[in-house]
Amino acid sequence: MNTELLGQLLINGIVVGALYGVVAMSFVLIYKASQVVNFAQGEFLLIGAWTCWWLLTKWQLPFIWGFGFTLVFMTLFGLLLQVVVLRPMIGEPIISVIMVTIGLSIFFQALMKWMFGVFAQPFPPIFETGQVDVLGLRIQTVYVMSLGISVVIMAVFAWFFKFSRMGLAMRATAFNQQVAQSLGISVRTVFALSWAISAVVSSVAGVVVAVVNGVSSALSFYGIKVFPAVILGGLDSVVGAVLGGLIVGLLENFAHFLDAEYLNWGNMYQVAPFYVLIVILMIKPYGLFGTKDIERV
Amino acid sequence: MTTLIPAGDFKTSYAADTTIFPTATSRNFAIAGVVLLALCPLVLDKYWLSIMIQIGFLSIAALGLNILVGFTGQISIGHAAFFGFGGFASPWLSNHFGIPVALSIPLAGVMTTAVGLIFGIPAARLKGLYLAIATLAAQYIIEDFLGRAEWFTGGVAGTIAEPFSLFGFVFDTDERYFYVVLAWMVAMYVLATNLMRTRDGRALVAVRDHYLSAEMMGINLTKYRTMSFGISSFYAGIGGALYAHYLQFVSVEGVTILLSIQFLGMIIIGGLGSIMGSLMGTVFMVLLPELMGAVTDALAGGAIDRALNLKDSLSYLREMAIGLAIILFLIFEPDGLAHRWKQVKAYWKLYPFSH
Repeated sequence: MNTELLGQLLINGIVVGALYGVVAMSFVLIYKASQVVNFAQGEFLLIGAWTCWWLLTKWQLPFIWGFGFTLVFMTLFGLLLQVVVLRPMIGEPIISVIMVTIGLSIFFQALMKWMFGVFAQPFPPIFETGQVDVLGLRIQTVYVMSLGISVVIMAVFAWFFKFSRMGLAMRATAFNQQVAQSLGISVRTVFALSWAISAVVSSVAGVVVAVVNGVSSALSFYGIKVFPAVILGGLDSVVGAVLGGLIVGLLENFAHFLDAEYLNWGNMYQVAPFYVLIVILMIKPYGLFGTKDIERV
Repeated sequence: MTTLIPAGDFKTSYAADTTIFPTATSRNFAIAGVVLLALCPLVLDKYWLSIMIQIGFLSIAALGLNILVGFTGQISIGHAAFFGFGGFASPWLSNHFGIPVALSIPLAGVMTTAVGLIFGIPAARLKGLYLAIATLAAQYIIEDFLGRAEWFTGGVAGTIAEPFSLFGFVFDTDERYFYVVLAWMVAMYVLATNLMRTRDGRALVAVRDHYLSAEMMGINLTKYRTMSFGISSFYAGIGGALYAHYLQFVSVEGVTILLSIQFLGMIIIGGLGSIMGSLMGTVFMVLLPELMGAVTDALAGGAIDRALNLKDSLSYLREMAIGLAIILFLIFEPDGLAHRWKQVKAYWKLYPFSH
């Protein structure tokens, strides 16, 4: 048994899992607010990361400015996407809505490949020291930053939905659209805003992953990995999304560990979450924290 | 808009109402269409023939997906995986067991049906987006299996498929293989049309339209949802097997999620719940990338080409066109080309008094 590898993979699992949690959270935000299953969540990461990369390398902006402009751009992008593409789809059957987001996903993925190429591009270094010692394990500084940012985002989310006026309005809309509308909440604004917030938060995750691994179209795979996480946690639960993300991150890395040490099947960590996904769908489709859908005639 | 029936044309029996061809003219047109297609190899060049063969096997798989999505209302994002499974099953049967290719293609369809039923069991309990996610997982799991199972697929290297032969006559050129695909296509389309006229077909539509009412009318939901999954996998398997014996080589790279999305695009563009729509959508989806190629060729060397680097990024442009076509159709023409075609027919029928 290789304990050092195990420890390393444990930390990997928590860092990656926290990022999955953040992406899953923004996925759940869209689902809760506007009942849209967004298959293009991974492309938010991709677009955010490429935008930031482009501002930092081509325009030589300092990181803070580049990052800030990226966030502004992603806010507008999320708003525009909801207003132009998703608003006409309100009231359409669920298959159509799913297909629109799938269409968006392959469109933007191809667009990014066209604009920036298929090769992974390294991000300009942000920290001077490469590694730090934590409890005797050497950890890359970017990992610590990544974990920190994830925790901060989660805390901001918690505050936003518990205390801010807009967050409460969003929760009310998610709970019951008609009642929310009759209380004077603009459901249109809530829909648009939920897409904007989701795009921004995902793009932060995208930039963080890009700083660690470089930017490439592999980033959009995070959007697919979100599904095991949200199904595990329950589709409409923010807490569940975070926990589900952590579990999937850890699971992937343990599958990788088992694979590397004993099984030698290769590629296990890519597929293991999907096996788990099928099992959960069969025994507990509403996840750990999701509300059970009761249908009345 | 339903089919227009001329005044005075009264149906006197139920059989007359559910007939495939309402008039003799429509039947003659359909037969003439097939005969015209059969003459194609004599006049068309190799490029167009290969496109038509592609349309043939893809439209069979697309029809299967339309039975699942359009008629039963169950979404599947893993259709390419079943298509690929059929594509590997047929060469496996003919290479390892010496079964003639003419027989291994339907057998591959049956094997794919079995796999489809396995994934159909959880699917029967799920609907809507849960099913979408489950089939997405199925796509990745089967894709991974196909890449891993060397005894079955030859692993990542792929596998060689024998050419199709019947009574010692080998269909190894495009001109000859065209007839194999055409025969299968006509058979499968007639089969699907007839399925929709039976009790089982109507049960599938009832499950789609209102599953609670359907259940109260005595339709077994689990049975029909699973059955629909099985039928759609059978079609995918046949389509995949035809694809394998056409290229005479299959590898797992061809059956990624992008192909699944293309299948979904075909039936959305063609029209959900329309049999001929599946064919129209496939034609559109196969010609769209060719059109992009032609446009790029026309612009080659010009200022636009230099500025946007069109030539080298043709494959991305094609993917973008596919995504864009799906989005635009869903927003502006959600009933697909089949609906548009009906409107055109109605316009000519009613001309000049269209109101």
